[in-house]
Amino acid sequence: MTTYLVRRFAFILLTIIAASLVIFVATRMMPGDVARVMLGQFATDQAVENLREELGLNRPAHVQYLDWLIHFLTGDWGVSLVNRLEVRGMVLQRLGNSLKLAALSLGIYVPLGILLGVVAALNREGPVDQAISGLSMALVGLPEFVTGLVLIAFVAISWRLLPANSSIDPDTPLREAFKYLILPAITVSLTSLGYIARMTRASTINVLRADYVRAAELKGLPRRQVLLKHVLRNSLLPTVTVVAMGIGWLIGGLIVTESVYGYPGLGRLLVYGIQRRDLILVQAVSMVIVTIYSFSNLVADILYGVLNPRIRLAD
Amino acid sequence: MMSNGVAPPSQSTEPVLQVTDLSVVYNTEKGPLPAVRHVSLRIGQGEIYGLVGESGSGKTTVARAVVRYLPANGAVSGGSVLLNKLDLMGLSPVQMRRVWGSQITMVHQDPSAAVNPSIPIGEQIAEVARVHLGMDRRQAREKALQMLNQVGMSDPEAVAGRYAHQLSGGMLQRVLIATALTTNPQLLIMDEPTTALDVTTEAVILDLVHDLLEQYQTAVLYITHNLGVVARIATRVGVLYAGELMEEGAVPDVFKRKLHPYTLGLLGCVPRVDISKHDVELNTIPGSIPPLDGLPSGCIFAPRCPMAEDACRLEHPTQVEAEPGHLTACRRWQAVPRLPDLFAAPQSEIERGETPEGSLVLDARNVAKHFKLRGMGVAALWRRGPSELRAVDDISIRVRKGHTMGIVGESGCGKTTFARCVAGLVEASCGEMILEGEPLAYSVAHRPLSVLRKIQMVFQNPDASLNPQLSVGACIGRPLIMLGDTPRNQVGQRVRDLLRAVNLPEAYADRLPHELSGGEKQRVAIARALAANPTLMICDEPISSLDVSVQASLMNLLVRLQGAQGTSYLFISHDLAAVRHVSDWIAVVYLGRLWEVGPAEEVFSPPFHPYTEALLSALPIPDPDVRQKRIRLLGSVPSAVHIPPGCRFHTRCPHKIGAVCETEEPAWQNVARYHSICCHIPVDELCDLQRHLLRVERPAPGGKEGER
Amino acid sequence: MEPKEGRTHSKRGSSSPIVERPASRATAVWSRLRNVPRTAGRNLPRLAGRRQPAAVMGFGIMLFFVVMAVVGPLVAPYGYAAQAISNRLHAPSGQHWFGTDQYGRDIFSRVLVGSRHVLVVAGSGALIAVLMGLTLGLVSGYFGGLLDEVIMRLMDVLLSIPPLLLAMVILGTVGPSRANVILVVGFLYIPMVARVVRSVVLDLKTREFVEAARLRGERSHYIMFREILPSVLPPLAVEASMRFSYAIFLVASLGFLGLGVQPPTPDWGLMVGEARTWFAQAPWVLLFPAGAVALLVVGVGFASDGLRRMLLPGGASQL
Repeated sequence: MTTYLVRRFAFILLTIIAASLVIFVATRMMPGDVARVMLGQFATDQAVENLREELGLNRPAHVQYLDWLIHFLTGDWGVSLVNRLEVRGMVLQRLGNSLKLAALSLGIYVPLGILLGVVAALNREGPVDQAISGLSMALVGLPEFVTGLVLIAFVAISWRLLPANSSIDPDTPLREAFKYLILPAITVSLTSLGYIARMTRASTINVLRADYVRAAELKGLPRRQVLLKHVLRNSLLPTVTVVAMGIGWLIGGLIVTESVYGYPGLGRLLVYGIQRRDLILVQAVSMVIVTIYSFSNLVADILYGVLNPRIRLAD
Repeated sequence: MMSNGVAPPSQSTEPVLQVTDLSVVYNTEKGPLPAVRHVSLRIGQGEIYGLVGESGSGKTTVARAVVRYLPANGAVSGGSVLLNKLDLMGLSPVQMRRVWGSQITMVHQDPSAAVNPSIPIGEQIAEVARVHLGMDRRQAREKALQMLNQVGMSDPEAVAGRYAHQLSGGMLQRVLIATALTTNPQLLIMDEPTTALDVTTEAVILDLVHDLLEQYQTAVLYITHNLGVVARIATRVGVLYAGELMEEGAVPDVFKRKLHPYTLGLLGCVPRVDISKHDVELNTIPGSIPPLDGLPSGCIFAPRCPMAEDACRLEHPTQVEAEPGHLTACRRWQAVPRLPDLFAAPQSEIERGETPEGSLVLDARNVAKHFKLRGMGVAALWRRGPSELRAVDDISIRVRKGHTMGIVGESGCGKTTFARCVAGLVEASCGEMILEGEPLAYSVAHRPLSVLRKIQMVFQNPDASLNPQLSVGACIGRPLIMLGDTPRNQVGQRVRDLLRAVNLPEAYADRLPHELSGGEKQRVAIARALAANPTLMICDEPISSLDVSVQASLMNLLVRLQGAQGTSYLFISHDLAAVRHVSDWIAVVYLGRLWEVGPAEEVFSPPFHPYTEALLSALPIPDPDVRQKRIRLLGSVPSAVHIPPGCRFHTRCPHKIGAVCETEEPAWQNVARYHSICCHIPVDELCDLQRHLLRVERPAPGGKEGER
Repeated sequence: MEPKEGRTHSKRGSSSPIVERPASRATAVWSRLRNVPRTAGRNLPRLAGRRQPAAVMGFGIMLFFVVMAVVGPLVAPYGYAAQAISNRLHAPSGQHWFGTDQYGRDIFSRVLVGSRHVLVVAGSGALIAVLMGLTLGLVSGYFGGLLDEVIMRLMDVLLSIPPLLLAMVILGTVGPSRANVILVVGFLYIPMVARVVRSVVLDLKTREFVEAARLRGERSHYIMFREILPSVLPPLAVEASMRFSYAIFLVASLGFLGLGVQPPTPDWGLMVGEARTWFAQAPWVLLFPAGAVALLVVGVGFASDGLRRMLLPGGASQL
């Protein structure tokens, strides 16, 4: 188990560093001069030269990269090119908002998705399964801006239950912000809900077919006990990994959803940064997202290892 | 010693299980398929009823119907099942669930799949005690430990806390047996409980079952495809064929006086450890099992029966009690005992291969294959030092022209890896392989076409050995083009010739693999290997996934082809009887090394290496007259990563003589000119130790009596 | 490790106890023509029948959009970029079936022309991903060793960045254009395809028919293309259809965020994004393109699911 954890951790760190290289390259591979492109064609040569100096563009690429990486790791994320504010404070504040939204969404779609998946698997090929499978297939395919708009149209505009616009002040305390979070959270949840439900259904069906479930049934154990103890313990194990893999979806969903509702999260900040060509901001936001994504995978790996005796008892 | 002919069950006592006229139908897209028809059987207390049949015979369906656990599309369409007069068919699902696990328990085929991987072993037994015996947690835990002790676990406490992946297959099967006996059930159903195990483990489990059942007096329905297992463990036997019982009776009666041609044919399909291909050809039952949607209207065996008359094909026979307690479904049962050679293939004189001095085809010297156990690339950075898996560790073997060299050993002993080293599919780590005087490169990639042509291989798994996308003709034709000198316009003709040579219709050339049965696929694989006209054919467990009757016909085919073409075979199998049947020479392998090698008949007669002796003693022989001395190997094969020092077999050897076995590697001793044994025990002492390993107890009207 | 040996009759208890009978000649011929395994031939009637109404619907929707993409621009009543400021934000009427947008453009025409746009962009992107992923997966799985290690670690790195994020960052840098969107989508989905292909190749590589081919001295390219590739195609087809549906999703999301193709391209996502301000007063401006995206993505998803059930053994319960 220790070896397993050490290996996973080292692997995640290497991945993050490799990903930082990808991000660095992706933000710098503009056609022509980076500073000129950023400032636009009407900027004075002096302004361009100043920016080059500020970004250290005159140095060799690998020096620039290492310099940037070391600064990022030590917490110096730079100053926004657009509004001259410390990027770190801005990003962390927005990150908090996005995490609130993400946590609420996870709280909605994970339990519900597992429930739907298990119910579908138990009624395999029956009408209930057909309905759930069809629904989850449809949900997986619906872009957030479509579901978001439909929700706004009905819940916010027609029925006036909840606010349509969630562009609250970033510092709003959670208690007041909650009602602004509900619609975005539902929007984010729907896509991932379908995903979790489908994966849970598949793994549960696999376990239901296993010899040891048949053996448990023929031991005469009560149905509930067979299901809870023998089936779910094994079928939910892969779900842990599935949820972690789904975090990638969740992040994508957050970016779009925050735009739909104008919610002040990291996604919105990213869109803003890209539109304003704020290199420093985009790099910082991307690194934060990649780090969180990688660590959520690490958490899933650890959880999987702890829950799975095969790994827990290795070594 | 194992007692086989236990007193026949007294028919007067009430049977524990009484199945009458049981029929099962599966509803499929093709319409209803009658998988089981009018099966009746009774099992008394303390009786072990062996239900044998080949795949598709419906034996598992019978078991599942008895416990009313059929797949969703299956239904019992007639008949009754009484458990101590309790009508199981009349119970509600909830009542049935109460019967499961308390009155009827089951032991399943693959122990590693039937134990829940994420629940500790002890808890899986204790939960049964809690549900059915009303025990509290502490009592149930005690009960679990007690049951583990009953099945011979030396340290029940430790085992109870383990998980499935920490135990070997044999241990897990003990756990399942312990679970099944926890509630002291009236009926125990065992569905191929030893099929997934090695022969030595199987023997230990069978002993255990036998001893436990004498103590518990449970009625047992024992399902298997293995006639030897039935002969060893069962008191009564029922022979199932395509969903109907062909013959039923006490084991000695049925095995000695077969009253149904199918039983006769089937028993003649099993090779024997005391007779080889030179003495006898195995039975062949023509045709194949009828499809359930096209059953013959008369006797269902009539299409394959050489003694069938018109009447057999017209009317469906009824079961008759030919002798007391011995039932047969054959109209002409009186004629069966008079026709012992009913299924014997027309005797063809099989030439014995050249004398042992005959030319050497393969001379493999000190071949070893060590797999490096370390992660690839980045992962290797944080692995502690590399370790090695010594799958093959110094094996030397010679194969002579027109001869078969058989290699036997349990799974994990390295025999397949050795074969793949010779074939070049795995690159040997060191050693020398010389084919007809020329050294062989380690990897296929470095062998010229002229060498590749000489070595061909027949693989174990018929489903994986043919490309599902290529027709049979293309599959056989490709090596003709690659390796043969066949002109393109004659390829078609050669393919048809080869198909005929392996007894397949020429029209099969257009078929795709999925349209063939397992045996037919294996014939195609043999034809593909033959297409290159090889000098050496490596057969890696070519028959082990097939039914008894199909195995027999394939072995006959291999023997006949060898006679006709003079090909040498390297025949790998875990099945001692099969190896004995087809081989001229036998090598016994354990943990990557050779322990005994010699001419087949000498290897299988004393003196034996203690490992060979144990294998022979474990082998279930389908003849109730054969008595085997009980020599059992405990534990399982040690890992090839941590090979024991000294003699590698000392951890399990029943004849271990002392410290010398643990510290020094034994040397080879010559027994006869070509027969050698690698053991510390002197040959003479081995001879003394090993008298009476196999004894045949029967009055001998021309049969072979005596000692081996 | 040494491969399994000495296992007789290990039929799994879960398999149907019914004797396997060869499939009929007709289905065999069909499956040979299509070069897909038998399960495909066997399951084809199920797709056509009532067993999989969703898949039939999905294929129907896809076909509908393909037809629209082909004939759409020819039959569109107005030019997709033709503005008529006096006509802005008209509700759907006989003249403008789907109404007009903030610039007075005919939404029906824009949706119609947009279907060609989305199918071309997402289709090309998915195609690039499939071709590259197939090549990398095949090479990586077949040759193994260091090459495999390098390729797969690179794929891992790409997978460690959420696709939408990476797409946004790259497009933000190189500038959003139709060609760039296609390339980015193609690039992002390579790892998923490569992984699927590699796992299938790894499985097939150890099959005995491949070993038989090595034993008769076949060259690597013959083994890769003739022995292995045909069996890779069915799972690849399923993966390709999934990639296509995700690509549509991604392209639409990028369009919505304003980071995809630029105006006045009739990109459905872009149309929704641009018209958000008018949602309350003129919902039709958003409704029709949003509905079109949803319908297409869900349709492709259902079709892909049907394909999975048809082509892969046990596909009905997978994923």
